[in-house]
Amino acid sequence: MTPRLSRRAVLAGAALLAAPSAVRAQSQARLLVIGGGFGGASAAGFARRRFPWLDVTLVEPKARFVTCPYGNLVIGGTKTLDAITHGYDGLRARGVRVVHDWAAGIDAAARRVRLQGGETLGYDRLILSPGIALRWGALEGYDEAAAEVMPHAWVPGDGAQTLLLRRQLEAMPDGGVVGMAIPANPFRCPPGPYERISMIAGYLKRHKPRSKILAFDAKDAFSKQGLFQDGWNALYPGLIEWVPANRDGRITRVDARDRVLESEFGEKHRVAVANVIPPQSAARIAIDAGLADASGWVPVNPVTFESRAAPGIHVVGDANIPGPMPKSGYIANSTAKQAVASAAASLRGEAPPSALYYNTCYSHVGDDYGISIVGIFRPNAEGTAIVEVPGSGGVSPRGNLPEQRRLEATYADAWYDSITRDMFG
Amino acid sequence: MRFVAALLAAFAMSAPAAAQAPLAAEGCYGCHGPGGTGAGGIPALAGRDAAELRAAMIAFRANERPGTIMGRVARGYTEAEIAAVADHFARLPR
Ligand SMILES: Cc1cc2nc3c(=O)[nH]c(=O)nc-3n(C[C@H](O)[C@H](O)[C@H](O)COP(=O)(O)OP(=O)(O)OC[C@H]3O[C@@H](n4cnc5c(N)ncnc54)[C@H](O)[C@@H]3O)c2cc1C
Ligand code: HEC
Repeated sequence: MTPRLSRRAVLAGAALLAAPSAVRAQSQARLLVIGGGFGGASAAGFARRRFPWLDVTLVEPKARFVTCPYGNLVIGGTKTLDAITHGYDGLRARGVRVVHDWAAGIDAAARRVRLQGGETLGYDRLILSPGIALRWGALEGYDEAAAEVMPHAWVPGDGAQTLLLRRQLEAMPDGGVVGMAIPANPFRCPPGPYERISMIAGYLKRHKPRSKILAFDAKDAFSKQGLFQDGWNALYPGLIEWVPANRDGRITRVDARDRVLESEFGEKHRVAVANVIPPQSAARIAIDAGLADASGWVPVNPVTFESRAAPGIHVVGDANIPGPMPKSGYIANSTAKQAVASAAASLRGEAPPSALYYNTCYSHVGDDYGISIVGIFRPNAEGTAIVEVPGSGGVSPRGNLPEQRRLEATYADAWYDSITRDMFG
Repeated sequence: MRFVAALLAAFAMSAPAAAQAPLAAEGCYGCHGPGGTGAGGIPALAGRDAAELRAAMIAFRANERPGTIMGRVARGYTEAEIAAVADHFARLPR
């Protein structure tokens, strides 16, 4: 491969190489990444692969990362926690300095981050992908202590929440009712609760056929709804009752002692196992740094993903306001790459690259039954908003299509394998 | 000669047209494997004939090639991006 270059370009390049200060400034450029999840791990690995002149440090408190994706299969009992746990040696091998600590504060003016352990790290560009915080107390009675009885399993941490929900399902007698509380938009992973309903239903059908699921929703419609409900009718008839907001499905209060979910209009539902997915916001560090607006999420530039409040800090992943895009792992991965490429361009005094964001969320509905939603997005011509490319994307076709469902279940596994290799190397 | 090669490589990376294609191709890695080497049942793209990859994408876009998902993906890309992405994968090692 020999790229054709004009004589002028070669001469300009020679001039750049001849200017030691410019080269040195570039070779020392420090990219700091906070958060080693879908956005942060993707950013750090991509930065080293595509811009090897960047000095990349990743700050992440956990030595092992448990993914949210496929956590629903652990809850349903068809995957182990080990299979969805990843380490950072691959990123280290790519030349990323990995620091296991919490970022405690960001000084945007001085371009410094203070770590809980006492160290201070300077940066030229910061990529912030800290994920979400659960809004404790937004549902009356749902705090950290209540989550030990009624798990959320929505921020897996070390996996304890995921395993707690799994153990409760195992311990539940046949005939017990599993209650779920599902939040209003926006929240992490729009199809996630419904994949979880499906995986729990699969377990109940096999092991506790007299049990059922009561899923209370603060919405009247949800992602891939037609496809999910087709699958539920085909695979789990009578096992799942989904209660939308317009049928008093919005849970506003919980009582952990008696495992009661209480609705907006005062209906009390006592259940054997309760999975409460509470309302969410950007993670604490983003809020403390003053990056979030009144909604609790971070407004960003649609091309560079720099925070509107603090240019120089690129906020990717679930913490930002992504316009029409979902809060998904694939979007975190794709926006992280655009943010890194923009940061690198700006460090070299160049314009950011043209942007293209891509999402696919596969969901498992049954063992050999997968469905998907695709979205491809770009900034509008003015660069003021993100829009979906007309005619692209969409959900899997509906109808009795067993081969499509079977293939999508296997392709979902391939997606998980690919994306986690892309992230963790 | 090594100096010139390094120089050329540096420029290939910073030229905006070159930067655009690999960023578009990054969107394929999450399913076709990093570097397009394939994953599970999803076919490899790396090291394949550019014209063949391009023709497949154009056919997916027009709904003329069967698939579970590629039509929905391909319709998000311009013809120029498809050409650049096909060239990109054709150059990658299998
Ligand atoms: C059940 C479930 C299923 C899902 N399935 C899918 C799916 O199939 N496909 C898909 O695309 N998406 C899926 N998602 C969504 C996906 O998990 C998220 O969109 C994705 O994790 C967002 O990436 P992120 O980088 O913003 O946050 P995370 O991946 O959560 O990473 C954030 C990281 O930042 C770290 N951190 C936080 N604060 C600090 C700090 N102060 N200092 C240092 N580090 C910090 C955390 O420890 C964490 O490791 C699912 C989510 C759930 C809950
Ligand atoms: C969401 C997962 C996903 C993404 C993203 C994706 N592909 Fe695919 N690709 C598939 C699957 C699955 C197939 C098999 C055909 C089908 O079921 O649609 C496939 C098939 C193909 C084929 C045909 C290969 C063959 O041997 O038959 C080509 C070419 C291709 N993809 C190119 C691309 C390119 C280029 C991109 C990025 C612009 C891309 N794909 C992004 C999942 C994906």
